[in-house]
Amino acid sequence: MHESAEVLKTLAADLVDRVKAHGATEADVLVAEGDSVSVQVRLSAVDRLSKAREKSLGIRVFFGKRSASASTSDFSDTSLKQLVADTCALAKTVAEDKMSGLPEQAALATDVPDLDLYDPTAMPVEETIDVAQRAERAAMDADPRITNSEGAECGSAYGAVVLANTHGFVGYNRSSRFSLSVAPVAEGPDDQGMQRDYWYTVSRKRHELEEPESVGRIAADRTLRRLGARKVGTQRVPVIFDPEMACSLLGHLASAVSGYALYKGASFLQGQLGKPIAPKYVSVEDNGRMPGKIGSRPFDGEGLPTRKTMILDQGVLSSYLLDTYSGRKLGMASTGNASRSIGDNPAVSPTNLFFHPGDVSPEEIIRSVTQGLYVTELIGFGVNMVTGDYSRGASGFWIENGELAYPVEEVTIAGNLKQMFQDIESIGNDLVFRGKLASPTIRIRDMMVGGH
Amino acid sequence: MSRQVVKLEQFALEEREVEQALARVNVRAVDYADIYFESTISESVSMEEGIVKRAVKSISQGAGVRATAGEKTGFAYSDEVSPRDLEIAAETARYIADSPKGDVPVPVTHRPTAPHNLYPLEQPLTGIATQERVDLLNLIDQEARRYDPRITKVMASFNTEQKMMLVATTEGLRAGDVQPLSRLQVTCIAEEGNNRQSGTFGGGGRVAFSFYHEQDRAKSYAREAARQAILNLGAVDAPAGILPVVLAGGWPGILLHEAVGHGLEADFNRKKTSAFSNLLGQRVASEVCTIVDDGTLPSRRGSLNIDDEGMPTTRTVLIEEGILCGYITDRLNARLMGIPLTGNGRREDFRSLVLPRMTNTFMLAGQSEPEDILRSVKKGLYAVSFGGGQVDITNGKFVFSASEAYLIEDGKVTKPVKGATLIGSGPDVLKQVSMVGHDLQLDSGIGTCGKEGQSVPVGVGLPTIRIDEITVGGTST
Repeated sequence: MHESAEVLKTLAADLVDRVKAHGATEADVLVAEGDSVSVQVRLSAVDRLSKAREKSLGIRVFFGKRSASASTSDFSDTSLKQLVADTCALAKTVAEDKMSGLPEQAALATDVPDLDLYDPTAMPVEETIDVAQRAERAAMDADPRITNSEGAECGSAYGAVVLANTHGFVGYNRSSRFSLSVAPVAEGPDDQGMQRDYWYTVSRKRHELEEPESVGRIAADRTLRRLGARKVGTQRVPVIFDPEMACSLLGHLASAVSGYALYKGASFLQGQLGKPIAPKYVSVEDNGRMPGKIGSRPFDGEGLPTRKTMILDQGVLSSYLLDTYSGRKLGMASTGNASRSIGDNPAVSPTNLFFHPGDVSPEEIIRSVTQGLYVTELIGFGVNMVTGDYSRGASGFWIENGELAYPVEEVTIAGNLKQMFQDIESIGNDLVFRGKLASPTIRIRDMMVGGH
Repeated sequence: MSRQVVKLEQFALEEREVEQALARVNVRAVDYADIYFESTISESVSMEEGIVKRAVKSISQGAGVRATAGEKTGFAYSDEVSPRDLEIAAETARYIADSPKGDVPVPVTHRPTAPHNLYPLEQPLTGIATQERVDLLNLIDQEARRYDPRITKVMASFNTEQKMMLVATTEGLRAGDVQPLSRLQVTCIAEEGNNRQSGTFGGGGRVAFSFYHEQDRAKSYAREAARQAILNLGAVDAPAGILPVVLAGGWPGILLHEAVGHGLEADFNRKKTSAFSNLLGQRVASEVCTIVDDGTLPSRRGSLNIDDEGMPTTRTVLIEEGILCGYITDRLNARLMGIPLTGNGRREDFRSLVLPRMTNTFMLAGQSEPEDILRSVKKGLYAVSFGGGQVDITNGKFVFSASEAYLIEDGKVTKPVKGATLIGSGPDVLKQVSMVGHDLQLDSGIGTCGKEGQSVPVGVGLPTIRIDEITVGGTST
């Protein structure tokens, strides 16, 4: 870290003052800085080493109900002076928006709890290279059919942000992130061709990063099992989403309950608040205060305290995800889900969003299906958030009489998200947090599989 | 207007400082090193609910230093461009390169070309008054609402970017460019009872602001987005299974980008992880297919005077009459593979490493009448517009999702169908192309390609084509 917390806080508070001096009625300032190292090794040799030092700041100004935002990575006094002047001028050119403005002062976070998101442990370049090499080697050594590799990537990043506003709020948060991923390539005999898959581990703490050998072996297994994949016939069957793919359903849910999508009339969950949209055994929680988790943060992008919010409570859509602006548009209070990219207006994003686990094991879920598809990869963007229409490319395994019979590829799965949530038949007990979104295995009653 | 030349002084640097930094990186084992300087100003205004309520401006500047030795790359970047930061970056780049040597480098074939001047703008985009941008968006709102009373929401955004870049290499090259880019995007929502549908359209390029007013473009984008939203109100479920598909010209060229373009990027082929590895000289498409990547088309979104390694962009034939004949290269991969440099070394910004990337990728026009192509299909799908696409490079499976499509019944275009994903295999799908229209069309200038987390603007193009068999991922049988 190159600047201390105090230096960043002073810079942010000073900018808030400068903007006020320009006649702004309200403003907030976000300053971020970070250091990162990442290494990619391929076939044991270091393919690339990247090192970065970054800093940037964003300001948002209000002149009454008019506002504009700007950002820069140039912290020189001349540049900041210009930025403040430009942003204030810009704000005067846009239309008044009744709902715009900072959150109410009383809503701002008064305590900034330590959520255990920062680990100062340095990960020297030599160690980073070693971890990546060990992970890739474990994958390459797992089976002679692993013949090639897209490489292994390992990195560490440390960052800090300060948010300050004209209500006097000054929040500081720092965090770290360690990651490792491996992408082996397998080649099968005869016409089986090549397959690639990957596995990864991400953590806030150096010691929580999973063992490189284990990550490599899982990556190899996931790749090998895809060899010999074939197409299946077009048919309507039960579809099981493995935990990684089930997270994509949470992603679609998060987009559909985002206040912005809702007030724009662009969500398939329009008008569903308080209504059952899934069976009783389906609950989804957003929780920004879980210690040490990837999606955790003590305050949101507007300085409101993060919290626990039930999105689906026993099947009932019980809350949207909101920031101040989208909340006001819908006549509701923010849920503390404002996220900011430097210099942009707040947007809404989940913190740690997860399905509450059920009590069946993934094996039992697979055993419950006579003929069906177990999905382990989805590609493409065939999701219409306005209607919920869903059609994506899939690969995975064909299930025959409760067992994974053979790998499948080049098929599509199609349905409608509204129906898919209603059709959740089982939720596994295998919830593991590997990122912001976490899901156990999920079985959907049926979907159309498009093949030959 | 003459071409703007970018000089080191614009980054507050002197030649001596750059030479010193390059000399620090250029140790024994290093084959090549460069420093990339960038300063980008982006501005965005957006409109919803009939008012322009958001304006955002960002300034991004910094430098990236890279050194390659054999297959290895050392890279560092900083958002400060002071001599001290260059030193730190140079040390990092050197760390990697200063170790045992990798492959013996193969000399790169340089084709001397005159510098392009593909986007001479009389007025820089940063000089457009915010009020003019606001007026443009207001025009769109009116036009879309006028189209049909069932249009209930109109959202539009106008983004401009002015990128100034300069690359300095250990080979003594100093090349810079000013790259303007803009895009106007419209989304409409149509409602009828409980039925709610959306439509999106947009366009742009490395063009002057006047482009959006010429030929009534801005208004036509608004009408097009509104038309799609209204059309979707009456869409029926798409079919599932293998069908003949006719793709309309223009943006459906995203098929080429996903199915073959990525698979022909040199990095995947050097590593032999592409489904197209070792297929050079072989048939990968029917003989009516000739596909090129061309970064030299004036004013197009995917075009560049020089790539991010300072090489003038070129036109590269990827597939000629069905035979795979070339890859898309950057310096590192051209050198390691001993193949020609095509001027496709691109990076999102100074924070990113150069990768071989597409520019404008399209299929050349054929002989068929578009009407004959449609008439040839008894039962199939006619896909006119698409959302995004994606490919798995290694097994070659790709998808792209239709946002406007119709059933073809007995050679006639009939009912509109809901969006559906099309899935196929890159090395096979173009063998299924049996007819190519004479109506080559390039897209309207909205494409962004993602690779290894980096986004770069690209273009695609296609004449009307017939694909005999491809899997359509609808819900009805």
